[in-house]
Amino acid sequence: MAAAARLVLRTASGAKVLRAGLGWLGAPIRVPHAAAHFTFHPDPVPTRHGPTQKMNLFQSITSALDNTLSSDPTAVIFGEDVAFGGVFRCTVGLRDKYGKDRVFNTPLCEQGIVGFGIGVAVAGATAIAEIQFADYIFPAFDQIVNEAAKYRYRSGNMFDCGNLTIRAPWGCVGHGSLYHSQSPEAFFAHCPGIKVVIPRSPVQAKGLLLSCIADKNPCIFFEPKILYRAAVEQVPTEPYLIPLSQAEVLQEGSDVTLVAWGTQVHVMKEVAAMAQEKLGVSCEVIDLQTILPWDTETVCKSVVKTGRLLISHEAPVTGGFAAEISSTVQEECFLNLEAPIARVCGYDTPFPHIFEPFYIPDKWKCFDAVKRMINY
Amino acid sequence: AVCSLSGRLSQQTFDSPSDKPQFPGASAEFVDQLEFIQPNVISGIPVYRVMDRKGQIINPSEDPKLSKETVLKFYQKMTLLNTMDRILYESQRQGRISFYMTNYGEEGTHVGSAAALEPSDLVFGQYREAGVLMYRGFPLDLFMAQCYANADDLGKGRQMPVHYGSKELNFVTISSPLATQIPQAAGAAYAMKTLNSNRAVICYFGEGAASEGDAHAGFNFSATLECPIIFFCRNNGYAISTPTNEQYRGDGIAARGPGYGMMSIRVDGNDVFAVYNATREARRRAVAENQPFLIEAMTYRIGHHSTSDDSSAYRSVDEVNYWDKQDHPISRLRHYMTARGWWAEDEERSWRKQSRQLVMEAFEKAERRLKPRPEWLFTDVYDENPTGLQKQQEALQRHLEQYKEHYPLDLYDK
Repeated sequence: MAAAARLVLRTASGAKVLRAGLGWLGAPIRVPHAAAHFTFHPDPVPTRHGPTQKMNLFQSITSALDNTLSSDPTAVIFGEDVAFGGVFRCTVGLRDKYGKDRVFNTPLCEQGIVGFGIGVAVAGATAIAEIQFADYIFPAFDQIVNEAAKYRYRSGNMFDCGNLTIRAPWGCVGHGSLYHSQSPEAFFAHCPGIKVVIPRSPVQAKGLLLSCIADKNPCIFFEPKILYRAAVEQVPTEPYLIPLSQAEVLQEGSDVTLVAWGTQVHVMKEVAAMAQEKLGVSCEVIDLQTILPWDTETVCKSVVKTGRLLISHEAPVTGGFAAEISSTVQEECFLNLEAPIARVCGYDTPFPHIFEPFYIPDKWKCFDAVKRMINY
Repeated sequence: AVCSLSGRLSQQTFDSPSDKPQFPGASAEFVDQLEFIQPNVISGIPVYRVMDRKGQIINPSEDPKLSKETVLKFYQKMTLLNTMDRILYESQRQGRISFYMTNYGEEGTHVGSAAALEPSDLVFGQYREAGVLMYRGFPLDLFMAQCYANADDLGKGRQMPVHYGSKELNFVTISSPLATQIPQAAGAAYAMKTLNSNRAVICYFGEGAASEGDAHAGFNFSATLECPIIFFCRNNGYAISTPTNEQYRGDGIAARGPGYGMMSIRVDGNDVFAVYNATREARRRAVAENQPFLIEAMTYRIGHHSTSDDSSAYRSVDEVNYWDKQDHPISRLRHYMTARGWWAEDEERSWRKQSRQLVMEAFEKAERRLKPRPEWLFTDVYDENPTGLQKQQEALQRHLEQYKEHYPLDLYDK
């Protein structure tokens, strides 16, 4: 629509109304979900893994899947709508390149997708299952918790589905509301036998996804959907692995430990900058990366040094994964703590639509929690 | 619409000029009379059988004409299973094992189908298919070891009795949740197809489990993804206390197959040759044509659901006796054998004695064996033990050193 177009409308009573400006819809109004709550900070270009290429998050996923299909002739990718490239474009080009037997749509049935994936893995092939949104993983909960997680244990190690990786878009996206914004990692953290991994960036995503695929245990890989386009980095084109169950200290500090995963890591980086600038407080920022099994050593070592811990996630605070971290840290580091451990998380509500700006654990809430801990 | 070789319809192009429906979702004819399709349960899908209830062949061209050796093997495996069931059921009653499920009345479904498969075909079961494992050669010692959860158990003592598994015999370890194996079996079959292995998958389940969402998922996936799989439903009349008229209103499980685009058949599950013929042909075609087959084997659960059930609470003794006495897979096969002079009173007497002896030997040995070492509580959660779990294991170790008299350590291996 031309910017200067004028359109004459007739109302029900026949009166004329003139609309000028950007098409017949008129000038745009303010919307609550216009601006993102974080800024994505790319990591320095990796030098250890060969040539790199500019990729956003979904392209880094495609790259990992491409590498896998190329090197592992048994690997198959399946789920709803993956054949044409996927609703988030993570599988674009793969069916054309590797064939319809290796990249294919399944019927619309999450319990079937995961059950089928377990079977593929049990038969010795590499299974990469896509669940369209983490919010829809629950029909597959029985297959994940009662079957995948327990396959090796219950069979005395005669059978296992370690070749299974489940991928799902995860986390808030500005307008996703109840069923396109969830972060369900806490449900799965309670399930020995699976691994749960959440990357913060394209470089991390490719390395961690490849590690999940290589890992001999069933893994769930949650992909922060808000970063699919927004996060852009130089990502190695060759395959490389980032180890699981090893948290990463992104910046060192002496006064407060900040722990997060996925999108929230970028919020924490900003909180650290604000704390330094406004309060003169030095924060240590840790990306947990693997939720299960989680790296207790790195987190505890940090809290022993700083004496203060803030954990932040979008998922509701009660029973969220921050509770597990908090409980373990107070057991291991009780005498080192200078203040109660702070959790800045989503409220105990379903994820709301129009109220998202108030719901999310943004940098101001985290900043305020840091301030209270320092002044405790 | 055009029928391809496997009977699947292909669509016309959406802009075809003919006056047929052009919808992408279905390609049948138009009709201008309002009429609902009547689900036909009174005269539903017929039951295929080879022998009558007296073990006589009805249509000689359907007799698989198996060798005497094979038929004797069928009989001996079914009766050995029956003997093992009697002894292990009794051992639970006496508190020697914690739980048991018998297979009474369904031995024909196990042996007939197992015999029709290749040894490399992968079996996914529910929990009432011990005869399949027995037919493949799983030793009595290992059945007992699993039920006793002793140190010889291949499953390392982690599961309740009857949750058998054998990697060597391609029998995936049983799990308690019902129907979860159905989509898994479809996935395994798909992998076998892509690996060009010429192997089939067979997936057993009961008519009750067929109500689960996982069953629907498995059937639909196997058809759309063209998997070489046989779905074998043991319709034995009851899911614990729930009779079939409370489980479904349609014409059983076989009638659902066509709804998924799946080849389907209903057989007399107490006729071991009917089961054999249907499974053999289904297996051959599933692998040759990469499509799923559904076999609904009609049978009757003569025993209780498990040792936790007393079925006299919901069915009459007369009903149970009818099936035990008038239509039993073991007696029907015995009639077939005796009619050919392959079996008589003497063989029956001496085999009964021998099979009982074999079972008792394995039983006594399993009873005396120690339980697995307690460290195995912690292994195989992952391929390698994570640090956190190692710490928990060390904590238990220290606890046991201090409080050892309160734990039955003498019953366990070191």
